[in-house]
Parts: sequence; structure tokens; C-alpha cells
Amino acid sequence: MSLTKEKMIDLYATMKKIRLFEEKVSELFAEGKLPGFVHLYAGEEAIGVGVCAHLTDRDYITSTHRGHGHCIAKGVEINSMMAEVYGKATGACKGKGGSMHIADVDKGMLGANGIVGAGGPLACGSGLMAKTLGTDQVTVCFFGDGAAEQGTMHEAMNLACCWNLPVVFVCENNGYAESTPWGYHCAAKSIADRAAAYDMPGITVDGTDFFAVYEAAEEAIGRARRGDGPSLMECRGFRYYGHFEGDAMLYVTEEEKKRNRARDPIENAKKRAIERGLVSAAQLAEVDAQAAAIIEEAVKFAEESSWPKPEELLTDVYVSYP
Amino acid sequence: MATRTITFRDAVNEAMRLEMRRDPTVILFGEDVAGGATLPHMEGENKEAWGGVLGVTKGLASEFGRNRVLDTPISESAFIGAAVGAASTGLRPVAELMFVDFMGVCFDQIFNQGAKLRYMFGGKAQVPMVVRTMIGAGFRAAAQHSECLYSIFAHIPGIKSVVPSTPYDAKGLLSSAIRDNDPVMFFEHKLLYDVEGEVPEDNYTIPLGVADVKREGKDATIVTLGRMVHLALEAADTLANDGVDVEVIDLRSISPMDGDAILASVKKTHRLVVVDEDYPRCSVATDVIALVADQAFDYLDAPCKMITAPHTPVPFSPALEDVYIPSADTIVSTVKSQVE
Repeated sequence: MSLTKEKMIDLYATMKKIRLFEEKVSELFAEGKLPGFVHLYAGEEAIGVGVCAHLTDRDYITSTHRGHGHCIAKGVEINSMMAEVYGKATGACKGKGGSMHIADVDKGMLGANGIVGAGGPLACGSGLMAKTLGTDQVTVCFFGDGAAEQGTMHEAMNLACCWNLPVVFVCENNGYAESTPWGYHCAAKSIADRAAAYDMPGITVDGTDFFAVYEAAEEAIGRARRGDGPSLMECRGFRYYGHFEGDAMLYVTEEEKKRNRARDPIENAKKRAIERGLVSAAQLAEVDAQAAAIIEEAVKFAEESSWPKPEELLTDVYVSYP
Repeated sequence: MATRTITFRDAVNEAMRLEMRRDPTVILFGEDVAGGATLPHMEGENKEAWGGVLGVTKGLASEFGRNRVLDTPISESAFIGAAVGAASTGLRPVAELMFVDFMGVCFDQIFNQGAKLRYMFGGKAQVPMVVRTMIGAGFRAAAQHSECLYSIFAHIPGIKSVVPSTPYDAKGLLSSAIRDNDPVMFFEHKLLYDVEGEVPEDNYTIPLGVADVKREGKDATIVTLGRMVHLALEAADTLANDGVDVEVIDLRSISPMDGDAILASVKKTHRLVVVDEDYPRCSVATDVIALVADQAFDYLDAPCKMITAPHTPVPFSPALEDVYIPSADTIVSTVKSQVE
């Protein structure tokens, strides 16, 4: 494994920023400060961060409606994210996209997406770009267990394999498609097993185990980067919050919630990183404080930012107007 | 610029060929666009194989190789979505949706992804892709291979839509579409592929959103597009023999649409007939009439008329399909009823 001390601190900090970002968004939403609706990533941090650890700004990801974690893991600027969630002019998308469409193409983040399963075909496209131009860029397609049942994902996995594209499919199986348990919505016993249908490697990983995700992603992304084709990773985990904020999660038992709390991916990573001697508790405490300050600053930035001007309504529909 | 007579099919092919020569980021993919071309056993006259289901992309795979001319699985969602992804990351893909009727299996990728990325991302992305697709009745292909449907695309902000009528326009408009930085739907009527016309050998472009006056006249305006342009011109010849001087405006693009050209013509002739092969409801035809009703009502000497397909699926039987498609005779009688 390629984890250095510096990298471990950096990745831990990223997970922590995601957690605190989501906790803050939940709080702001409950206070009625945020328009629309939000889907929070807390609980799944080890997946986004463990995977994106192997990507650079030149690599691409496609994301989902639960995209805040992917954005932060891919390096999208947090102030611009918070401002976007508020709908402010300084947002990553000038307030035109909101929580479900945060994007930063320059950072290789091809957008959170409001349509379940839409990212697969897009990922084939950026993969095709890299193959056509002969670059070593890799695209990671994040999708949920719900999206695993969309035809688009099957089409995309097949196409990526037919064309041998540098795409890694990462299924974040958090156990529920909205409120429907995956044991009900998925006819297979394992989503990773579906890789066999497209003749690519498939692996099931504990998505709460940062190190397991990190290692599996290193392998899959390395394979794609070498031109050896796509892989499918199924990362099993959970989300702490509902499908969207306001969802009381009545479909999850109290026992299950308690079990999940005991498997917290960030606490787990912290404990093991310390045990391995990669970092010290004091160093991580410092990181925690920095992360909290970054999120507070983002809220301040967003609240002090201006609303988009009315004339912004009509711009950015086309590149060139007649 | 040297010109010669070629078919609409060859004009479309030539636009792609020349754009692929001038820009290595232009790639082409779709079902059977190579269609077996360059496979080792394809020899002699069969070497180019299908080159598209109606031969429009023939010869491109052998010139540009199978890395730039890619057959796809029958997975329209995957490859139309891949066009969006490729376009937003640096290529200029031309994707072929064999028949527009197949939009039903991939529309999300067009209207929710391709059309909206730029706006949703606050202008920080662009999607320079073209989707070429076949439209139109008259091929005895029945309800799922014969529609026009372009009006649906004109309804969606963020996409441009082009409906050429002649080989000259097809080549120049397709070159523009490929160079354009927005997603463009390019609608090719299958009964136009064998139509011939004068086309320059070199590369040229025709701006999107600019209509073309195919025939000047003073008594009535026919606004039309695609294959219907030819029927309108035929009707105009008949009407001329009866002393009625008709102006025929070919929209060429329906999004953006050249409202100025429509209004200028109607203000001159004071009568409007729209001829459109698409379904009649919420369509290009109703859109043109709404524009004129809104902005040139006082200039009208007769009610606006629209001649369209009926509000029915496209029938199979030749006896029914021939009645389904608007005819030159109907155009003649409609214009006459307006000027009398």
C-alpha cells in the first residue's frame, strides 16, 4: 500500500471535512436556511475518499444525487460548495445547480446528478475521450445500489468493457434505494457478481473500512490506467441520514442504526491509522479542529455571499446564441 | 469553389469526412456506422460494408480507422450518454441515433444531461456534440421508424435542432453543427438521401438559426422545413401557373428559429401557411403560428393555416401512409383558399 503519513493525514482530513460538511448542512437545513432538498453522504466517507485518493485533477468522476462527499474527495472548493447549496452567486455553479448538481469540470468532477443511473454513460464518454486521445486519465463512476438496477448502468458497464475503456464502476451499496432495502430491489446476492456478466473483475469491499476501499481502488484504478479495462467495486456500507433530509428513516431499525454507529468509517480509520503508527492521536485532533474551522468559514462565506442577479436566469443555456 | 451534383446522403458523409480531417477530436459512433467495414474478410466492393444502416457513413471507417469510427452495442442510453461525457471532456463526438423514434430509450441522456449540463454547472461546461438521426414517413416503416419528433427537441432549452432540406444545406449545416460548442440534434429525412443537388467540394458552413428563402413571392408565405420544402416548392410552381406568387421559407434550424425571417415575410405577403410533417400538437407549426399571432397579427389578411401530419401514429399500409403525409395538392388548395 502506498500510504505515507502525509497522505494519511490528508485523506483523514478529507473524510472529516465531508462528515462535518454534512452535519452542518443537516443542521442548516433543519433551521430552514437552505432551499430545496439535500441528500447527505455521512457514513460513506471511506468510499469516496478511499477511491479518489488514487485520482488526480486530470482524472474524472461521475457522481450521484448524494454527491457532496464525492465533490470534497475530488477537491472541489468547499466554500463554493456551501455557497452552491445556499443558492448563492459565488457557488460552484453560480447557484444554478444546487446540491444535486454541484460540479467542477476543471477538478474532474462531472457533476452530482439528479437522475439515478445517469453517470454510467457519462463515465463511458470521458473514458472514451482518454482512450481516443491516448492519455492515461481514468474515470470513476460512483453509483448507488438503487442505480445498480437501472438499465443505463448495465448498458454502460457493457459498453465500457466492449470498448475497453479506463473506467472504474464503484457501487456504493448503502443498503437502501430511497427506503427500499437492497435485498428486495436486487435479484442478485451481490452487485459485484454482475461484473462477470461483462467479463471484468468484480469485488465486494467493506465500504466502512477505509483501508480496504483504498487498496481495492488502487488495484482497480491502476488496472484502468494501464489500459487493462474496467472493474466493478461494490462497497457495502450505510448512510447515517435519510434518503433526503426530512426522511425519518422508519425503514431502518434502531438496532441497525446502533450497529452502524459502532462501525463508523472515520473512527475506524483513525483507530487503525494510529495503531499502524501512521499518525498520532494528537495530529488527528489538530486535523479535526482545522476541518471544523473550514466548515465554519464555508458557512460564513455562503451566508455573506450575494444572491445571483435576475439577469443570470437567462445566461449559460447555450455557449453561442443566435 | 468548384461544385458538382451529389446526393443528400453524400453531402452528409462529406461534411463528416471533412470535419474529421480538419479536427482530430471529431469522432463518430453509433449502431453499424462502420457495420463490418475494415474487417479482414471484407474485400473488394464489399470492403466498406454497411457504413450505417442506409450507407450514410460509408468509407469513413476505412479512412479514419475504427478508433474514430466506432460501432456500438444496441445501447442508445450508453452511447448517447457517452457522447455527452466525451463532449464535456474534450472530444467533438458525432453520435448516430439510427431512427429518431429510438429517442424513447435514451432521452434522459439528451434532455437531462446533454442539454442541461452547461446551465446546471453555471456555464462552466460545454457539450459540443452532434446527434444525427433519421426522421420521416414514406418508407413504409410504420409507427416506430417513421416519425419526425423534432418539435420535442425544440421544446428543450440547451439543445439546438437542425432540419436540412437540400444536399447543399445538409453539408454546410452539419459542418456548423460539428463545430458548434452546444449540443445539436441533426435530423435527416430518409426520403431525402437520394435527392441530388449542387454542392461545393470544399468545406463550408451555414450558420445555425438562419432560415433560407427558397423561393421569393408576394401573395402568401409558406414556412416549412425538411422534406416538406420540396413539396412546398412543387406546390408553388403549380400556384404560379394559376397566378399566385408564393414565398417559401425553409427554416433549416428550429432551435434557434429565425423568427425575423418569418415575420419579415408575413409582413410582406400578409398570409401564412405552415407545412410540417411532424405531429400537429405543440409543434414547430403551432410555434410559428403563435409567433406570427403574437407579433404580426395586424399584418394578416387571412387566418394562418397549418398543414401537418394528423394526430395519429404513422400507419404502415401504403394506402394509409400516403394519406398521412401532407401533399402538394393540399398545400395548393390551402393557399388558394387564403388568397381567394
